[in-house]
Amino acid sequence: MTSIADDHQTDSVLAARADARAQAERTSEYMPYRPASSSPVVPKGVDRDALVWAETVAPGGYTHKVIARGTRLRLDDPTGTACAHVVVFNALETNERLNVADTIKIPWQAYLGAGHPLLSGDGRALATITSDTSGHHDTFCGTSTDESTTAKYGSAAPEGPSPSGRSRFLLAAAKHGLTGRDLPPSVSFFQGVRVEPDGALTFLGSAGAGAHVELVAELPLVVLIVNVPHPLDPADDYLVGPLVVHAWPGEPTLPGDPQFTATPEVNRAYLNSIDYAEARAL
Amino acid sequence: MSTSTSTTPTSTGTATGTTTHTVAGRALVTTVPVGAHYVDGTTLDPNGPLASGPVVLDQTVAPLAPWSARLLAGQTLTIVDVGGNQSADFLVYNAHDTDERYSAPDTLAWQGNAYLREGSVLRSNLGRPLMTVTGNEIDRQDTIGGACSKESNTLRYGFHTEHQHGCRENFLAEAARHGLGARDLVSNINWFMNVPVEPDGALGIVDGMSAPGKRVAIRAEMDVLVIVSNCPQMNNPCNDFNCTPLRMLVTDPLRETGPDNA
Repeated sequence: MTSIADDHQTDSVLAARADARAQAERTSEYMPYRPASSSPVVPKGVDRDALVWAETVAPGGYTHKVIARGTRLRLDDPTGTACAHVVVFNALETNERLNVADTIKIPWQAYLGAGHPLLSGDGRALATITSDTSGHHDTFCGTSTDESTTAKYGSAAPEGPSPSGRSRFLLAAAKHGLTGRDLPPSVSFFQGVRVEPDGALTFLGSAGAGAHVELVAELPLVVLIVNVPHPLDPADDYLVGPLVVHAWPGEPTLPGDPQFTATPEVNRAYLNSIDYAEARAL
Repeated sequence: MSTSTSTTPTSTGTATGTTTHTVAGRALVTTVPVGAHYVDGTTLDPNGPLASGPVVLDQTVAPLAPWSARLLAGQTLTIVDVGGNQSADFLVYNAHDTDERYSAPDTLAWQGNAYLREGSVLRSNLGRPLMTVTGNEIDRQDTIGGACSKESNTLRYGFHTEHQHGCRENFLAEAARHGLGARDLVSNINWFMNVPVEPDGALGIVDGMSAPGKRVAIRAEMDVLVIVSNCPQMNNPCNDFNCTPLRMLVTDPLRETGPDNA
């Protein structure tokens, strides 16, 4: 029997240390790039040195970060098979979080696209979609659970080939001291759903390889992102592609920006967010 | 997922590689970069309990997987290192008040020794006995090395390991099933892992001292909740670079009824 152990000299502390240190220059298809300026891909028009987050999220993986007010967050689906399930929280008071119902009800629009806010349940915009080349998103189905994932794929084991979206959200949330009760319904990007006249939910799939979505943080946010198949994905196999994440500093939506007064409802949401931010001297 | 899950690369060179796994009796193709299981030809010895009394629970923890169980006071958990040198990362809580949980410093200070052996009392953060090591078939057991995590892997091995599954992920996933979270994770025990402290203070995970079928037996001194991660680490020798199953046996000298299996 040949073993990977044969390739490692680890019979003393110093040998084990040398063996561990020798691995450091390796790369992976899926990894965070640190510093973020070392990202192998930089979004067009963005200063590499300005990046504050650069990462490729593995299929079935997740990522999370606290980002400042005004931060631009870009998600890329290089293969046309990613599905970015997203929940955002007010980082200062995490009981304020994405409210999907308000996010579609207040703007009078169920299908996410550029200019659409991600609203909290407290009447504020947490984020705004600033650009979108996909148009295939979903606000109805949330993410997968261990129950649905086991029924579909046969397993939802966290270490296995088909982890569930909720279990990944739970791990991401735990890294910020949050638990299951903190997880509201999520939205998903890059895999669309449409509602038929009779109410049937039709899976639209993706817009193809190379789509991206960009958001701006209207308040400091805890961002949780999970990359698992959409709950309505018709494939029998667990085929989700890598998800690329970048972020860099910017400004929230402020007076003077056409988006600020795009609709009366969103205008009041921005006024509420600014009111909150100014009181906290953000 | 069945314990017979196997991983076989089926394609390479594509933007996103896939592997095929046997899950619930069917082949599942996935793009998830699942960690490696043991290689064919690995010696596996499931052995049996290292304590007297009827067996009331007998479960196999698949490579890479989490596990938990509640034990009643007086019951003994035998952990079998089925494939040899497979770290069983281990936490234990008072089943009725999980604010009381395993404390490595209390355990070590009370016994005046850095390693766990037969007779070691696993103490809580209140200094009380949670469990006692009643049987041990390797020279020493570790409670200094802590658990691996996807985050700490980036410090030890590089950022390319960040996506890999780790014990802290297993602990969090299993803890969540019991209403516990990140605040409830503390320095743990690593059964079958070897972490020497050398005369100059050098400390690290080195080749293990265990072998297929070696066991440890731990008796519950109160009703306890045990959470285990069958360590998925493949960057250091804590699993001999060959992740194998663990067998968990609970024996009960007093009762015929089983524990509240988690």
